[in-house]
Amino acid sequence: MNSSTSPSAPSAVPALETHDLTVAYHKKPVIYGVDVSIPAGKLIGIIGPNGGGKSTLIKAVLGMLPLTGGWVKIFGEPQERARRRVGYVPQRESVDWDFPVSVMDVVLMGRYGRLGLLRRPGRADREMARHCLDRVKMLPYADRQISNLSGGQQQRVFLARALAQDSELYFMDEPFAGVDAATEASIIEVLHELRDRGRTLLVVHHDLPTAQRYFDMLLLLNMRVVAFGPTSEVFNYELLQRTYGGRLTILSEVAAAMPERR
Amino acid sequence: MFVMACALVPELHAAKIGEISETSLGGQVVRFLSLRDPVVRAAVIGAVLLGVSCGLLGSFLVVRKLALAGDALAHAVLPGLALGYLWAMTKDPIAMAIGAVAAGVLGTTAVTWIKETTHIKEDSALGLVLGAFYALGIALITMIQGLPGGNKSGLDKFLFGQAAALSSADLWLVGGVALVGGLVVLLLYKELVTSSFDPGFAQAAGLPVRALQAVLMVVLACAVVTGLQAVGAVLMAAMLITPAAAAYLLTDRMPRMLALASGFGVFAGLLGAFLSFMRSNLPTGPFMVVAASAVFAAAFLFAPRHGVVPRWWRTHRRRSRIRDENTLKAVYQVREESDFADERVTVEDVARRLRESVPEARRRLAALSAASFASPIDAEDRVSLHPEGWLRACAVVRNHRLWELYLTHSAHYAADHVHDDAEVIEHVLGEDTVRQLERLLDFPERDPHGKLIPSLADLQRSLSLHPERPVATGYRQPLP
Repeated sequence: MNSSTSPSAPSAVPALETHDLTVAYHKKPVIYGVDVSIPAGKLIGIIGPNGGGKSTLIKAVLGMLPLTGGWVKIFGEPQERARRRVGYVPQRESVDWDFPVSVMDVVLMGRYGRLGLLRRPGRADREMARHCLDRVKMLPYADRQISNLSGGQQQRVFLARALAQDSELYFMDEPFAGVDAATEASIIEVLHELRDRGRTLLVVHHDLPTAQRYFDMLLLLNMRVVAFGPTSEVFNYELLQRTYGGRLTILSEVAAAMPERR
Repeated sequence: MFVMACALVPELHAAKIGEISETSLGGQVVRFLSLRDPVVRAAVIGAVLLGVSCGLLGSFLVVRKLALAGDALAHAVLPGLALGYLWAMTKDPIAMAIGAVAAGVLGTTAVTWIKETTHIKEDSALGLVLGAFYALGIALITMIQGLPGGNKSGLDKFLFGQAAALSSADLWLVGGVALVGGLVVLLLYKELVTSSFDPGFAQAAGLPVRALQAVLMVVLACAVVTGLQAVGAVLMAAMLITPAAAAYLLTDRMPRMLALASGFGVFAGLLGAFLSFMRSNLPTGPFMVVAASAVFAAAFLFAPRHGVVPRWWRTHRRRSRIRDENTLKAVYQVREESDFADERVTVEDVARRLRESVPEARRRLAALSAASFASPIDAEDRVSLHPEGWLRACAVVRNHRLWELYLTHSAHYAADHVHDDAEVIEHVLGEDTVRQLERLLDFPERDPHGKLIPSLADLQRSLSLHPERPVATGYRQPLP
């Protein structure tokens, strides 16, 4: 199914490998027979239409949904054994922002997976959390309650929490949703920095024009993998048309996104 | 129904007054507080322990939006209690607790099952199970009451609760549950908070989300079962939800919410037990829940940030400040008409500027004088501003004109489109913003309509030069 394999794929173990991955809700498949082999150290965009299974793929890989079929390996290990190597940024709307916790409390949650049961976060964890908040320019808000934040600030708090997880492989579900242009630029800067330090990032993204600029590789998903490869090879009219199934508005967006390729 | 209730009221009333006159109120209070009476002691210890566990567990129910599930659970345990009694044919706490926990688990499972196999949503599923189990429980208890033999006295206490009926075995159970609940919250605090706030993230990070949920629900079921004796099945959920909801209004940090909720739970428990004791052992549950609801009502009305009254008061203060500032501005404009020749302005002129009636203008000027911004209205129906009032008047006019200038210059509004916007902004511009605007507009002297903009620097200088005299003008340049 993959239209091409990455020319720069390292000989090492792939960061993420799925085989025949199928997930169904009420017997209707949402993703079907997904085979991917994601090389380490890349910034990868997952794009596809609404309901195309982008979030479902992430949740299935992270063990949050029961698999109907197939298997997942993270750095060559089953998902349960690789949890500490994986970081996650859920959709911003998935939580209640009136919850009585501070920004700092939320970022510290990034450390809990490593801490283990019964252990409290210590000075080193707090220092690390402060550092992560500083990287997304949210340190001045550390003691605020989370409901007083704007959408972009909430998204940066989630990013800081993921940074605090200090993972090798990150899954981010629409980290740019409801974010202003300046915040988007600062988030993408952090993502590029992580990639440059050898981390692997899989990012669900909605905006086609920026997808072309942001990501090293793209995974085009509509229930099945339409294409996976370097952005320059798979971001083309024909493959996007196959991904989005000929929806007019999306297609005009695609056309606008790549004038130099027509 | 209503007529019946009305007919009953006088009799009840008379009976109660009779009771009070028989035993002295003070004597009752002393008897309760001294804890000499073993029955009172049991009730007090039970109420305190129950208050703590209800506050702790209820807080998690509230932040997880599971309050209704707590209610369903509290009602679902009732048939289990009755079956436990039928099994042992006596009020054996262990047999009844086992039956109740089993019924609770069955009820919760039934909710999940209905939700997952049909398209009936959670609220209806909860309502269905709550009703069915509760009805079954009542039916069983009523049947048991009709059975011959056995010690069944007090079975009806499980409906509305009776703290004084707590046996020492009951107390050990309540204490054990409070201890376990406290330990669970203390030791698993970070996991419980993380999985409550963001279950998806918690699961991805490897926290045992399902196990945590199960632990919380089991401890909750135990708290409900042991609490039934004191609070009763009807109102058990309220003891879980009400103190926690009151705490949620008063703080936005989880540790403080847990502490406050436990405190409120203890307070409600004690007050309920006391009131019930004062009235010859009426059911405790309703009194506890009334006390907890009173705490909630107080928090709802008076909580500093979210309370209705403080919010109303803040709005009121802001409105009256804006009204005062508008009156001050009107005085400034009246004086501007005469090139600041006359320090005093007539009420009539101010009314004209405000576009209000003369009596209304008089009221507003009286308010200014009450706030010592202005002199009282004199015999000639005139007022003059005190230095502080004049300073504020100049500041408001300056804010208004600066903002108009900013909109026309930097935001390219037409000059006849800026007034309404400035009317609002003038009251909220801070000192820093004003300085920024002045710099941005290169210390302007005139607004888009050609009127002079009073500058604060000049004002303060002239105030310090002539402290005895009200300032004549706030202009940068001396007037011709």
